[in-house]
Amino acid sequence: MATTNAGAPSAPAPARERSGDPIAQGEPAAIPAPPKPVVNDFSIQVATVNGSGSQSANSVLLRSIFAMGVPVSGKNLFPSNIAGLPTWYTIRASKHGYVARKKEIDVLIAMNPETAREDILSLRPGSAAIYEENMNLKQYRDDVVCYPVPFDKLTAAVCPEAKLRKLVKNMIYVGVAAQLLGMDMKAVEDSLRKQFAKKQKAADLNWAAVEAGFNYAAQTLTKQDPFVLERMHATEGKIIIDGNAACALGAMFAGVTLVTWYPITPSSSVVEQLIDFLKKYRVEPDGKASFAVVQAEDELAAIGMVLGAGWAGARSMTATSGPGISLMAEFAGLGYFAELPGVIFDIQRVGPSTGLPTRTAQADLLSVAFLSHGDTKHPILLPASVKECFEFAGAAFDLAEQMQTPVFVLSDLDLGMNNWMSEPFEYPEKPLNRGKVLTAEELKKAGEWGRYKDVDGDGIPYRTLPGTDHPKAAYFTRGSGHNEKAQYSERPEDYQNLMERLARKFETARTLVPAPVVVQAGKSKVGIIAYGTSDFAVLESRDQLKKEFGVEADYLRIRAYPFAKEVREFVASHERVYVVEQNRDAQMLSLLKLDLAAGETTKLRSVRHFNGLPIDARSVTDEIVMQEGI
Amino acid sequence: MAAGTVTNPGPKVNRIGLPVIEYRGSKTTLCAGCGHNAISERIIDALYEMGVQPERVMKLSGIGCSSKSPAYFLSRAHSFNSVHGRMPSVATGALLANKTMMGLGVSGDGDTASIGIGQFVHLMRRNLPLIYIIEDNGVYGLTKGQFSATADIGSKLKTGVVNDLPAIDTCSLAIQLGATFVGRSFSGDKKQLLTMLKAAMAHKGTVMLDVISPCVTFNDHEGSTRSYKYMQDHEEPIGEVGFVPSFEEIDVEYEAGSSFDVEMHDGSRLRLKKLPENYDPTDRAVAVKTLMEAHEKNEILTGVFYIDTQKPAFTDLLNLVDEPLALLPQERTRPGKQVLDEVMAKLK
Repeated sequence: MATTNAGAPSAPAPARERSGDPIAQGEPAAIPAPPKPVVNDFSIQVATVNGSGSQSANSVLLRSIFAMGVPVSGKNLFPSNIAGLPTWYTIRASKHGYVARKKEIDVLIAMNPETAREDILSLRPGSAAIYEENMNLKQYRDDVVCYPVPFDKLTAAVCPEAKLRKLVKNMIYVGVAAQLLGMDMKAVEDSLRKQFAKKQKAADLNWAAVEAGFNYAAQTLTKQDPFVLERMHATEGKIIIDGNAACALGAMFAGVTLVTWYPITPSSSVVEQLIDFLKKYRVEPDGKASFAVVQAEDELAAIGMVLGAGWAGARSMTATSGPGISLMAEFAGLGYFAELPGVIFDIQRVGPSTGLPTRTAQADLLSVAFLSHGDTKHPILLPASVKECFEFAGAAFDLAEQMQTPVFVLSDLDLGMNNWMSEPFEYPEKPLNRGKVLTAEELKKAGEWGRYKDVDGDGIPYRTLPGTDHPKAAYFTRGSGHNEKAQYSERPEDYQNLMERLARKFETARTLVPAPVVVQAGKSKVGIIAYGTSDFAVLESRDQLKKEFGVEADYLRIRAYPFAKEVREFVASHERVYVVEQNRDAQMLSLLKLDLAAGETTKLRSVRHFNGLPIDARSVTDEIVMQEGI
Repeated sequence: MAAGTVTNPGPKVNRIGLPVIEYRGSKTTLCAGCGHNAISERIIDALYEMGVQPERVMKLSGIGCSSKSPAYFLSRAHSFNSVHGRMPSVATGALLANKTMMGLGVSGDGDTASIGIGQFVHLMRRNLPLIYIIEDNGVYGLTKGQFSATADIGSKLKTGVVNDLPAIDTCSLAIQLGATFVGRSFSGDKKQLLTMLKAAMAHKGTVMLDVISPCVTFNDHEGSTRSYKYMQDHEEPIGEVGFVPSFEEIDVEYEAGSSFDVEMHDGSRLRLKKLPENYDPTDRAVAVKTLMEAHEKNEILTGVFYIDTQKPAFTDLLNLVDEPLALLPQERTRPGKQVLDEVMAKLK
């Protein structure tokens, strides 16, 4: 995608700090004397076996750091499997507030013998490794600080019940890490007791394990690595939530009344968590539900129900991922052509086909934008944080009813299934926008009406709901050709008028969708465009570019399709625009090309990341630096 | 029939004061003599006689000749001609959005038994309150006469092609899967079809009516098992279907023995007379066995085969509020600020 570099800017030449290949290279160095402490700026990776119950322990680690006021993020890299395959959880503490994945691991907790050798070999010199002592990982690296721990022995001492040991063992590493990293034990205990809030006995048992790990480390291990935590105040008032829960909350506060779904990773927890919220907050005093949830037979039925309900006037939604999106294609076209509201959450995973079902990507963009046959296109909202998941869920329902069309919310596995820090969500004060719906009273006054007539010039017609008590309220909804009065028509002018109005309606959407967020550095010639979860890496990369290479790049984050006018203006005002995204085919760049004036498209350059792992800042920086020819 | 007293020599009206013309639709574009047109006529009669308010009906269909027919009756009702084989899901969404509406679904044998079989079976399982009519002619008409999955084994196309696969019996399937009112009729049997449609309108739950509806253009020849001639020779009514709507006085005369009298949800009565000995229309196993035996004998059994007025409809199972979900005001669908505050506090 890279065009030739014409006139790369002459930036000051700072020292190049490329960490590059995570596999250690070069001469093994002896462990130096305790180096200068690295405070609140490192990553931890816990390597475990899927199904071993390490999730609670990892969550306690994450929440303890959060409770210490240190900005933190966690990512679960898990296999498509119930139990027995390797899984990794990475935690990043960052005093700067960076929450993108950090490529380099600083502290390894190796609990999985199957991957332990590979895990320790991937560390950079000077990193630290905590592991079960009989794995003897020291044999592989003398340039890594090694902390062997007799996990099984320690576990047996605190947990008499043999069958619980597998689970409790995980808490030992929490204790060891807490001691070595200087965690505040009060924060650890609070987090643990919150985790086991409803199970006092389990909390006590697990806390004993944490203490055993802590005491062992304090008595036996000598701190030799530089990584430490210190209390900060950067997380006060913040919440921790995953993107799928945020979408679910947003949908509930948008007044959703019909939820349909077919289980698929990574979207299932949108609906599962929504069901919990609805049962708690949307059951009326008489015990009846102001909502319906249907687990459909497949995604075709799920979207069919959504559109049927939207037609009948209900706020309806479904959540799915790539394979489900493919199955929804025919109905998506019907929704576009017959003008039916509905909201579809696509929590993207890696394709094509089954792909890597538990890994993340941004590769459904093009297929969603034009989902179905014929000339079809759909509005898409692109949240880049849990807060936006909440807000855009609400915006999607308003937009779907305003525009009378299916609206897609594209999240991804990284955003949806991982826990993120956030400012608390704000209560939506704006009333629900139910769009242009004519009541029986209004019909009486209006006399005549046409379901597909563009009365207001914005391409959006008026509709009536089934049950409207007026003899002229009814109309015939169909996916076949129709005229302004919703009568069957194959007349060339009727078809063309209809398609042109739908195009006008799509233009109207540009003004209704969330506008992009623009961060101007000044009068830079270089711009970056990104969307969704690529945002975290770009924010960090901009700092790297500035600090390490003196490149100050402006940044525009796209938040919706069709693009608001600011997107064209941003490209027009820069010489080179890097489009950063997590797919192979530069899908956003392609979509931009369709929208920009011909002369503008040559400014676009592509930065892509598509190995299933969340994009990291260093990869973005390296690619931009290379293409800039610095 | 119409209970109101008419003083002026104006058009005859039904019990809600509407003349039959208010139940009509656009002019049909189907072939002259198509069974589907006769079915549309019976639907019009049934709605008129039952005094259904036209605006309280949602018409739903898939794709095919059958699925065009909602355009040819009840123009005063909203209608949704969806995609091929997917009417059940659209109907499910629409009826959950507004459970106070009467759902009238029209499908065909291709739309139901081939492309739509997946959604069909799950619709039956859920017992959604919907009248699901299959206009069953054994062929695809719009694509010019290919066999459908309800065509009998050994039946012949006009071109001489013989069907070598067994037919799917949508009635047996519906009974096994949980539909609560299952019957078969014939577009040419005015009285039986009208009575069954009226009873269907009084039922709360999934009504599955397979209506044999000959295709005059592609499947009405010698060798077809869906022709008018074949139906005349092979139709075997399982009994007589009688129906007394709730708004009519119930006569006391009631034949015991081979009759079966069912009180429906709205107080109407379905009366099945002259049933075979020991036939119990509330017994699924008997119903399915009877259908299979008739099929073995090359009889096309018609009538109401199975009824269950006890099983909860899907809308009851979901314990929905009384008002349509679609019309709930914001105060009832968006929880207050204190709820968000509570959720946020827990996440800190």
